[in-house]
Amino acid sequence: MSDFIAEPLSEDALLLRFGDSIDPAINARVHATATRLRAAALPDVCEIAPAYASLLIRFDPLAWMGLRDPDEAPHARLLDVIEPLLRNPDTAAASTMARIVEIPVCYGDEYGPDLDEAARHAQLDAREFIARHAAADYSVAMLGFAPGFPYLLGLDPVLHVPRRATPRTRVPAGSVAIGGAQTGIYPRELPGGWQIIGRTPSVLFDSDRAPPCLLAPGDRVRFRAIDEREFAALAQT
Amino acid sequence: MTIEVIKPGLLATPQDPGRAGLAHLGIGRAGAFDIPAFRLANALVANPRDACALEMTLLGPTLRFHCDARIAVAGAPLPMQIDGAGQPMWTPLFIRAGQTVTFGAMRSGSRTYLAVQGGFDFEPVLGSRSLDVNAAIGPLGRPLRVGDVLAVRKTGNGQRATKAHWSIDPRPWFDAESPLRLLPATHTHLLDAASREALFSQAFQVANDSNRVGVRLRGAQLRLDRPVELVSEGCVAGTLQLPSSGEPIALGVEHPVSGGYPRIGQIAAVDLPRFAQRRPGDALRFAPCTLEQAQRALRERERQLREMERLIATRLKHDA
Repeated sequence: MSDFIAEPLSEDALLLRFGDSIDPAINARVHATATRLRAAALPDVCEIAPAYASLLIRFDPLAWMGLRDPDEAPHARLLDVIEPLLRNPDTAAASTMARIVEIPVCYGDEYGPDLDEAARHAQLDAREFIARHAAADYSVAMLGFAPGFPYLLGLDPVLHVPRRATPRTRVPAGSVAIGGAQTGIYPRELPGGWQIIGRTPSVLFDSDRAPPCLLAPGDRVRFRAIDEREFAALAQT
Repeated sequence: MTIEVIKPGLLATPQDPGRAGLAHLGIGRAGAFDIPAFRLANALVANPRDACALEMTLLGPTLRFHCDARIAVAGAPLPMQIDGAGQPMWTPLFIRAGQTVTFGAMRSGSRTYLAVQGGFDFEPVLGSRSLDVNAAIGPLGRPLRVGDVLAVRKTGNGQRATKAHWSIDPRPWFDAESPLRLLPATHTHLLDAASREALFSQAFQVANDSNRVGVRLRGAQLRLDRPVELVSEGCVAGTLQLPSSGEPIALGVEHPVSGGYPRIGQIAAVDLPRFAQRRPGDALRFAPCTLEQAQRALRERERQLREMERLIATRLKHDA
């Protein structure tokens, strides 16, 4: 019996669902599968996109349909080909091979206008809140919402803070924020409802850079608290 | 080899087939919304299928050509003049350096493509010359503005042929009225009985705030039998999402790469061009369809499109 559900989303898309919750073990399975499918370099497969608990595969439907038999189902054909690659995923290898990226963050004040409120909610003082946020080991569950926006796993449950009742129309680029159990970083100025606790001078997305995104799915992330002077110095470079 | 923007129109953007393969980085495809019209415009000027064209929306631009050029216009019916003289769509046209091409307002539909022989010569951004308006990725980083100077690629086969005395029949390629075929999706079975009935029996209306990201549909309020909590999953264009407001949103070509709303339907790929042509205020109906039917229809459409591209190529050779 397989431990996933394969669902055709459209004529050219197949979704593999390994669970229905935000769970590090399920997400590790997603990344291990994505890595294996990428390595297989399947013909006419143009997209392998991990999410928290699922993997989206997009393909050329005409190529996978088979030109002779008009009723041949491309999703079933694709699934036949990838099924062997989905067995016995090596999630441990995938996570030990993951890159570790350090993200410097200037917490609080004008860079983190919601820090004090978030700390009050967590019943911590601001310094404790920062220490806990910077101490954890995070991993990039997925990128989405906007180019290069990482959804991070690993937030200390004490730091779970509900979203703002009224979303902001403009959240500055580099803002490090918490929305419920999730934490992430805004790659550019965007509207958003998460609580902003700090800001990084690191550039998360630049379409002229190769690779364009600082973070990739499956990467591990560490935050390092910096002061305003260091922020200014890093922002120059 | 340049074209100057005298008036930008409502929303004119460079587009090619889009930026596939980067969804894992949160980067969407964008690209031409009505792919057959885009491809036919390119075919009419002997361009490759992936050449960069201009996608015009509702109200077209005014352009001054600083070079001789062969152009073609395909998509929603859009009045067009060269130095004040009306011109047909769906046929190759010849422009002389110094002439001005003026586009008016679309009579119906919402997207029309201007292809120029050689293609618009923008530097690709992340592998594509498509502008993702919402993410601000792509050539210019924004839609066309007054004063922009657009470069055109030189081609070896820039023969100054005589005026073409033929055009292609737009009827199979432009349709902003037919019901859109809708496949079942993950949560279709969770719609309550009244909503399931309404989805296929009632007309929806395209809301004013619709754009390339998504189209909000006004009409029957749709409800699920029970609320569902979802974690974010990958999205594709044409998905009909149901936010808690009860007003469904159909995703366009600039949709976010992931989303967590219930999915109550999927517009058949073959009908995405028809979906692309709906404008705010237009009625929109759905017709039920299976994945197998949708696949067959898609393949048949692709066969017809390739056949038309071949025919056009033959006529262009003959004219030259």
